[in-house]
Amino acid sequence: MTTDRTLRGKAAVVGVAETEYYKWGRSPDPEFKLAIAAVLGACANAGIDPADVDGFSSYSNDRSDASRLSAALGCKQLSFASMQWGGGGGGGSGAVANAAAAIATGQAECVVVFRALAQGQFGRFGQGPRSRMVSGTAAHTLPYGLMSAAHSFAMKVNRFMHDHGVKQEALRAISLASYAHAQQNPRAVMHGRPLDEAAYDASRWIVEPFHLFDCCQENDGAAAMVLVSAERAKDFDHNPCYVLAAVSGSQHRAGAPVHNTPEYASSGFTTVAPRLYRMAQLGPSDVDVLQSYENFTGGVMMSIVEHGFCSAEEVNDFLTLENLSAPSGTLPLNTSGGNLAECYMHGLGLNIEAVRQIWGESTCQVPNAEVAMVGSGPMVTPVSSCIFGSEATL
Amino acid sequence: MSMTPYLRPGLAKPAPSRDGLDTAFWEGLQQEKLLLQRCNGCNRWQWGPEWVCHRCHSFDLRYEETAAEGIIYSHERIWHPVHPALAEQGPYVVVLVELPHADGVRIVGNLVGDPHQPLVIGAAVHAVFEHHLDDDPVHTLLQWAVS
Ligand SMILES: [Zn+2]
Repeated sequence: MTTDRTLRGKAAVVGVAETEYYKWGRSPDPEFKLAIAAVLGACANAGIDPADVDGFSSYSNDRSDASRLSAALGCKQLSFASMQWGGGGGGGSGAVANAAAAIATGQAECVVVFRALAQGQFGRFGQGPRSRMVSGTAAHTLPYGLMSAAHSFAMKVNRFMHDHGVKQEALRAISLASYAHAQQNPRAVMHGRPLDEAAYDASRWIVEPFHLFDCCQENDGAAAMVLVSAERAKDFDHNPCYVLAAVSGSQHRAGAPVHNTPEYASSGFTTVAPRLYRMAQLGPSDVDVLQSYENFTGGVMMSIVEHGFCSAEEVNDFLTLENLSAPSGTLPLNTSGGNLAECYMHGLGLNIEAVRQIWGESTCQVPNAEVAMVGSGPMVTPVSSCIFGSEATL
Repeated sequence: MSMTPYLRPGLAKPAPSRDGLDTAFWEGLQQEKLLLQRCNGCNRWQWGPEWVCHRCHSFDLRYEETAAEGIIYSHERIWHPVHPALAEQGPYVVVLVELPHADGVRIVGNLVGDPHQPLVIGAAVHAVFEHHLDDDPVHTLLQWAVS
């Protein structure tokens, strides 16, 4: 059935950039300045005047307000300002979807998707709240010492590993692949800090089944990408990188309070992935390279299953360093180093890396990459995914 | 049965929600009763606390006592302290307990006993009420022990 109700091929990424990436608290610049620098960088990368940007799309309650950005950058007008609901990195591809939708429906001409974080300025993610009292939903978890993202998600992963016999080595392979790829990427915070099996095995537990190296970093920096319509994209220097699909969402009652979501042992993609493939008119075997959000490796493992790259029962055989390594693995994963080893920019770096793969500009380039997928923010709600493709995929 | 606190003091203390949504739950724990929401429209149990039944959309939810026993649906042994109060705690265990007597709704607590004990999905557990009656606010935590 043909339908106009699709984003397939309607918008394209024409510029990307990131600031220098720092360990958390190390940025010499405040968060808003980082955001501006990333947007200016992405515009320069595209070869577009920042004054012509007329839309901003972000997620996770980004503090760099679209109107302030538009004013600071001297944009001629603001046509679109969108914030994807939900915390963590679940909106990384959702923000791309919102930007592409605005362009496809004529609401805006040139939309910047961005994320900026300065945790030294605004506090860290990985710490429990310090208040004396707590009420509401958090009162049913926090007094029991369940108070961080790692705590919220480890029980999902434990249940999944129990149900399907997944071994720790599968999680380890994900971590090793990210660290291996980061060694080729000078932007990566963990560049020059290789990881091997012995170091992973010897690393301390954060919360079982997550070792230290199963957990994302906390970082400062900003990242941005510029989208325009498919028609306009041909006028830019880069070969257009088309949005073939971008969707967000979650399962039935994914937000049921106090860990009562029916589909508990899940990354949250079981309804999202089928919609993604339907829009892209592609399947998992068409994907040349995958960027899959690592808040924790266990989320990547479940995301890979729920996007159909292997079954839950095949995880132990499929998730090996060899299979996940660029350039020649079956499914090269997180080829910039990802959130574990490049930078935790709430996953927007993963979208940028997917674009660079389509452009042939990755530091761990997969030969002839035509289709690059991003999975954003497993285990939160809503999550999101997108697929980028080259001209040949249209 | 009461118990000494499982975790070291200093974490945020639970207080009933200002809107009253879960007041009966917290008051019930002080009486060593597990009261959860049950719908007067369709008679099904629901948790965590919410203003409407997600099945029949009735606003008429009551708090009713259910057996304080269940099975471990999932678990986690936490090692890294993310709060200063837990700096000297060492590992501790959080369990997600499924309540078969209440349509399988789930509730979060600690699994008391040796933090290094084997953690088994499907294991039967029963409630242990951890009273903090001299605290401000007064409260009781619902903990779990392997049966
Ligand atoms: Zn009902």
